[in-house]
Amino acid sequence: MQKEYTVTVYTEDRIGITNRITIIFTRRGINITSLTTAETEIPGVYKFIITVMSTREKLDKVVGQIEKLIEIHRAFVHEEDEVVYQELALYKISTKSLESGDIERLIRDHQARILTITADYFVIEKTGHQQELTDFIKKLEPYGLIEYSKSGRVAIVKWSRRFHEHLKELQASSEA
Amino acid sequence: MQQKDVLPMKAEKADKRLSAKPVITGSEAVIRSLIAEGVDTIFGYPGGAIMPIYDALYDFQDQVHHILVRHEQGATHAAQGYARSSGKVGVAFATSGPGATNLVTGLADAYMDSTPMVCITGQVAASLLGTDAFQETDVIGITMPITKWNIQVTRQEDIPGAIAKAFYIARSGRPGPVLVDITKNAQFGEFEYEYVPCTHIRSYQPVPELKQDAVKAAAALINEAKKPFLLVGHGVLLSGAEKALIALAEKAHIPMASTLLGLSAVPVDHPLYVGLLGMHGNYGPNVLTGECDVLIAVGMRFDDRVTGDVASYANKAKVVHIEIDAAEINKIITAEVAIHADAKTALEALVTDVQPANHDEWLAEFKAAHQKEYDKVQHGELYPEAGELKMAEVVRLISEKTKGEAVLVTDVGQHQMIASRYYRFKNPNTNITSGGMGTMGFSLPAAMGAKMGTPEKEVVAVIGDGCFQMTLQELGTIYQSKIGVKIVILNNNFLGMVRQWQQLFFDKRYSSTEMVNPDFVQIAKGFFIPGKKVTAREDISAAIDEMLATDGAYLLEVVVEKEDNVFPMVPAGAPVSTIRLE
Ligand SMILES: Cc1ncc(C[n+]2csc(CCOP(=O)(O)OP(=O)(O)O)c2C)c(N)n1
Ligand SMILES: [Mg+2]
Repeated sequence: MQKEYTVTVYTEDRIGITNRITIIFTRRGINITSLTTAETEIPGVYKFIITVMSTREKLDKVVGQIEKLIEIHRAFVHEEDEVVYQELALYKISTKSLESGDIERLIRDHQARILTITADYFVIEKTGHQQELTDFIKKLEPYGLIEYSKSGRVAIVKWSRRFHEHLKELQASSEA
Repeated sequence: MQQKDVLPMKAEKADKRLSAKPVITGSEAVIRSLIAEGVDTIFGYPGGAIMPIYDALYDFQDQVHHILVRHEQGATHAAQGYARSSGKVGVAFATSGPGATNLVTGLADAYMDSTPMVCITGQVAASLLGTDAFQETDVIGITMPITKWNIQVTRQEDIPGAIAKAFYIARSGRPGPVLVDITKNAQFGEFEYEYVPCTHIRSYQPVPELKQDAVKAAAALINEAKKPFLLVGHGVLLSGAEKALIALAEKAHIPMASTLLGLSAVPVDHPLYVGLLGMHGNYGPNVLTGECDVLIAVGMRFDDRVTGDVASYANKAKVVHIEIDAAEINKIITAEVAIHADAKTALEALVTDVQPANHDEWLAEFKAAHQKEYDKVQHGELYPEAGELKMAEVVRLISEKTKGEAVLVTDVGQHQMIASRYYRFKNPNTNITSGGMGTMGFSLPAAMGAKMGTPEKEVVAVIGDGCFQMTLQELGTIYQSKIGVKIVILNNNFLGMVRQWQQLFFDKRYSSTEMVNPDFVQIAKGFFIPGKKVTAREDISAAIDEMLATDGAYLLEVVVEKEDNVFPMVPAGAPVSTIRLE
């Protein structure tokens, strides 16, 4: 059955690695719905967090093929309940709307915050899951939403301890 | 101290070239690195962006033999043939742009068929990358999905490291092609050269550790089996596991069948060898896949040409899959027991854990199936008494006259299937064909490479009339470099395999498959290669003798039955048990 999965991929720092990973999804016609990547706590090791709509069976094979790439340490498929995750959204609103008192209340009630204010517009930041972030758009629309921008997913894997220890050991031994 | 200053400039430069860490150009570093990897043969074609490397090569002609091919595709297939026959890494050179794009087919072929190959391409100067400079093409982007690894080198000091990694990756684990793209500035630039072979990459584990519990579980299944069946894949040859495989088969009395690329791992006349798997394989191995209770697949990937309909494949069997590439395990067929390991290591462990057994009754089923196929198909094909020449009788004669000891290089189509079915291979690594890709035009250049890789062996290329015309310009290479390959064109004046499908599945609507062919012997003559055309049965034996007795290259054209079909045949996507004998 198709559903949303989080795929994590641990890679070396190498030009083109994103391309190498994404073409494997492309070959099987899997649409990537979000992709986040940054260096991990281990210098030189990067983590990709990819969300896709697909089936477990397909993704297990995709992950196997990703792991075949020379500069990949490991790749995993995670079910919803295996990860703690957040996404971050920014909302740009016309400053005029600040004149009505209830938008500040709305921001507070939704655990959002104002990042910056200019004469023309201000920017609200909110973290949460996709649904909450898009629901918030609807709430802001009456105040004149100018632009909305959302990040991909950042995720922590609940059972990641051993693997991250392994990566640290690897790092220590390649530095030695 | 003072004296040093008066040394003339030139001598100082020469001194540096001889020191432990000589200062040399990137181009010279390429050649020296290749020599350090044991390379003695390179197939290639020059052009603007790789000229500095060719210039460096000029000084090393006593150590490396460069074969000037006639098309870069030919260089890749030659490198493949060289690698497959010799077990060494094949090497190809090409220039940027069109030279590089001409490598694509060979890279894809080598990737599908796990062939160790290192391709080196020249590239425009780093400062021009991304600007649509003359003959600039994004060869890294193009070849990403068809190489095991690729890298662009833009600084001369990175050249030795990149080449060291390339060879390590190409030949370790499941082998494959690697491409190293070197910008022109890096070829010209000088640096302090030092070569350190690569033995480890921290994110890459080519040889998995053998898990003893998996071996024990597999042995337990085999020991209980009534109808065990061994499938021999290319991995057996790649890991040098032929002896261990045969030891296992003999000890536990298990029939063995081969995939197309596994051919030659087991001598065809071995009493436990039951034939070829797949779409045009033998009747017994296909039908009895559905009857076996334990299927032991070694170094193979359950290609759809082997499995037919996956849902009904080996339905009664528990599958043991021995495979070095984790991504192949459970990709198509779910394994009851997976041994993720090098085939030789796994088989050597398995042999000690299996019990001697006797499966005479099970083997009798294979014998009966063989008899049925022999009576219905093989006899008539191998020993026809009237009518036009048949491909199979030609292959039988070649097989007999070379005692099954030649390196057989086949192209793609009916002739490939017939040659694979009827050549009686005796020694490992003597079957070279394009399996996963089915690349027409593969065999002529691959045969050149095979001959260069194993000059002591007779190399016979069996080629269709269509395939020959895809890469026939390599006759020029064969002549120039005096490569003694024997070329047999089985000419049915058709793209026969496609015509067969048109006959069976498209109401005999022969859309664009009939060939109006040139005079092949005359073409060979144009390249100063002797040859003969045979149309009659009574002339074929002597013609093959003449070919084999000729010192050097020879082209034999055999005109065969025009609308002959290859049987048995599993219709595409059908269960293998539905294999048709007619
Ligand atoms: C490059 C390429 N183009 C097309 C095909 C499709 N194809 C497979 S077999 C075949 C016919 C080969 O004809 P020929 O070389 O005469 O061999 P025959 O089947 O007649 O023995 C074709 C066109 C292919 N495999 N490779
Ligand atoms: Mg033909």
